[in-house]
Amino acid sequence: MTSTATTTLSVNGEPRRVAAGLTLDRLVADFTTAPGGVAAALNEDVVPRGRWAQTPLGEGDRVEILTAVQGG
Amino acid sequence: MADDPLTIGDTAFTSRLIMGTGGAPSLDVLERALLASGTELTTVAMRRLDPSVSGSVLSVLNRHGIRVLPNTAGCYTAGEAVLTARLAREALGTDWVKLEVIADERTLLPDPVELLDAAETLVDDGFTVLPYTNDDPVLARKLEEAGCAAIMPLGSPIGSGLGIRNPHNFQLITERAGVPVILDAGAGTASDAALAMELGCAAVMLASAVTRAQEPVLMAEGMRHAVEAGRLAHRAGRIPRRHFAEASSPTEGVAALDPERPAFG
Repeated sequence: MTSTATTTLSVNGEPRRVAAGLTLDRLVADFTTAPGGVAAALNEDVVPRGRWAQTPLGEGDRVEILTAVQGG
Repeated sequence: MADDPLTIGDTAFTSRLIMGTGGAPSLDVLERALLASGTELTTVAMRRLDPSVSGSVLSVLNRHGIRVLPNTAGCYTAGEAVLTARLAREALGTDWVKLEVIADERTLLPDPVELLDAAETLVDDGFTVLPYTNDDPVLARKLEEAGCAAIMPLGSPIGSGLGIRNPHNFQLITERAGVPVILDAGAGTASDAALAMELGCAAVMLASAVTRAQEPVLMAEGMRHAVEAGRLAHRAGRIPRRHFAEASSPTEGVAALDPERPAFG
């Protein structure tokens, strides 16, 4: 494995190539810098915000990044 | 009204109008409509984050101190709804959830089996659960027994504006419920909201009736008055319906006039 190795994830339903070993906090930061109002699920499990930085993403992982929108 | 609070779980509200935020033509109109409605509790949906979207419904709610109530709209199974509720709890820091588990796209009617399953799981998980349900008195009882903090029966399908199609069922539900019963879905105009309250609902939840009205802010104000009027009428106790008239002026002391000679001119 070299420093240019990549991993392919599914992020909000779209395939996405990222650097191998990328952690969830860095992935979310690509979407938003908002300090709150965002939640993430990894392979259908909620990952609390406090654990994002300790959550490396692997090949084929499915990530959903959600926020509140107008509805109901 | 301050002397007649709505209590859901351990929280008291002055307003009995719960608003949704879907369907508004703009965030600005939504904000003014929410203010005109006097609402203190308002729903949002959980969706994939879109970095290109600017402006946030959350900032509008926070600005005015309106409590956020995430829903699970768009979920078809108990599993999806439970995960969505947990994500909402994580994102928004609230363990309140308006639980929606729908059966199909055409009617958007709740799937009662999945709904009850999800409600039981979420109650066990410490959530304050407000389920969107069919207007079925039996299901309402089972949801209450499962520990739901309120029951939210539909008056008619979401967005239909058809009002309360089965007022009798609403009365059966409100008469025996030990938790607040909240009309959810179907209100089209102010009289629908007033009727819900007269039937014993503790509150009314609506979105489309306001956000899709020609003048959302005016309709929001109308709905606020309708909910208050219906609540007052319910507390006051309406007169019984009668088959024949009953004079409201005294029947004694009527002058003896010659009916054949009215004094015209």
